Amino acid sequence: MEWDWNFVREIMPTLIQGVKITILATLLGSVLAAIVGLGIALARRSPNKALSRTVGFLAEFIRGTPLLVQLYFIFYVLPDIGILLPPLVAGVIGLGLHYGTYTAEVYRAGIDNVPRGQWEAAKACNLSARQTWTHIIIPQAIPPMIPALANYFIAMFKETPLLSAITVLELMNQAKSVANTYYRYIEPITLVGAFFLVISLFSVVLLRWLERRYGKIER
Amino acid sequence: MTQWSGYFGLILQGALVTIELTLMGSVLALFMAFVAGMGRLSRFFVLRALATAYIEFFRGTSIFVQLFWAYFVLPFIGISLTPLQAGVLALGLNVGAYAAEVVRGAIQSIGREQYEACTALNLGRWQGMRHIILPQALLVMLPTFGNNAIELLKATAVVSLISLADLTFQAQVVRAQTGNTMVPFATILVIYFILALLISWGVRSLERRMARGLDGVRV
Repeated sequence: MEWDWNFVREIMPTLIQGVKITILATLLGSVLAAIVGLGIALARRSPNKALSRTVGFLAEFIRGTPLLVQLYFIFYVLPDIGILLPPLVAGVIGLGLHYGTYTAEVYRAGIDNVPRGQWEAAKACNLSARQTWTHIIIPQAIPPMIPALANYFIAMFKETPLLSAITVLELMNQAKSVANTYYRYIEPITLVGAFFLVISLFSVVLLRWLERRYGKIER
Repeated sequence: MTQWSGYFGLILQGALVTIELTLMGSVLALFMAFVAGMGRLSRFFVLRALATAYIEFFRGTSIFVQLFWAYFVLPFIGISLTPLQAGVLALGLNVGAYAAEVVRGAIQSIGREQYEACTALNLGRWQGMRHIILPQALLVMLPTFGNNAIELLKATAVVSLISLADLTFQAQVVRAQTGNTMVPFATILVIYFILALLISWGVRSLERRMARGLDGVRV
């Protein structure tokens, strides 16, 4: 079978539709992951042992199991207990939860990297816990985290094809339906790969810029 | 309740396939990691360029797309793979690309003085690498290799989508036959988690073994 440019032109609009959904899922998933990660990181620092242990174990569990199975769980099991989610919402929740457990580690490292002296200085200046966090710790902890967070968001972007398994009409699913209609796999699947490669390469450039701008996080 | 034991047998069969895939994928990944990781450090431009292209390509596109490409597109250009072969190939090459960067980083993390000592002892490039650099670098690589192996284990869930009867696939079968969604999916989540724990435990004990006798040599 030969590569057919006419066919490529024909299926392009469908694939572009899929790209939009892919990007939308990535953006929403990133926002959710950023929030969930912060929640996990804070809960693990909590003085309440029961809370920090439970959240720690749950995070460990989510990180140790495949995203695909978690997506199935959210999409197929939750309706049994009366929570019926549209595919895209289920997908975004899955991505957000899964990557939230990774971003939690980034937050933890970022917060731990703020030198002890800063905490002590805040105490010496008689700042309340709330003031310490908002004025001293968070402004110093966030910038070094940005490249590492972006790294996980790029990784998440590359996992979005899994959403096709729960019937989200993103890029991969559009490509598969095109392929099944015309029984031509070369162009659609290769184009999906090309799309991902191009967007990933751009995001690597962006990441390098972020690293230069906000300083490298130690690995 | 007797019927559940039969279904559990199905899931165990799936677990065996998952373990098999993980092991074979890890072997290929390890091989590719050393070839590409050392390739990136080569004196020859062609080898460096090849290794970089391989690493960027496989890290830049999604594992899911690579798997579909291996399974659906390769047959059109005359290479037919069984689902198992396609799965091992895609998983091994993908994770190998990530692990190659680990190999490169670990080799580069060995201090200059070690290389100078090799020169002083009149060791050839290969001898120095084999007897001095790699034994030290391996210890640096191990923990990250463990994480990569867990990533590979999680990625094996994707092969269920090209009809390979792994854990996730068998859970779908059980779900289709019993109409129960909660039990099979919860079971396989636990099995995946146990497998991930086994990997991290195995890597940790391997690390302890290899670190023996190196106390005080490195941190």
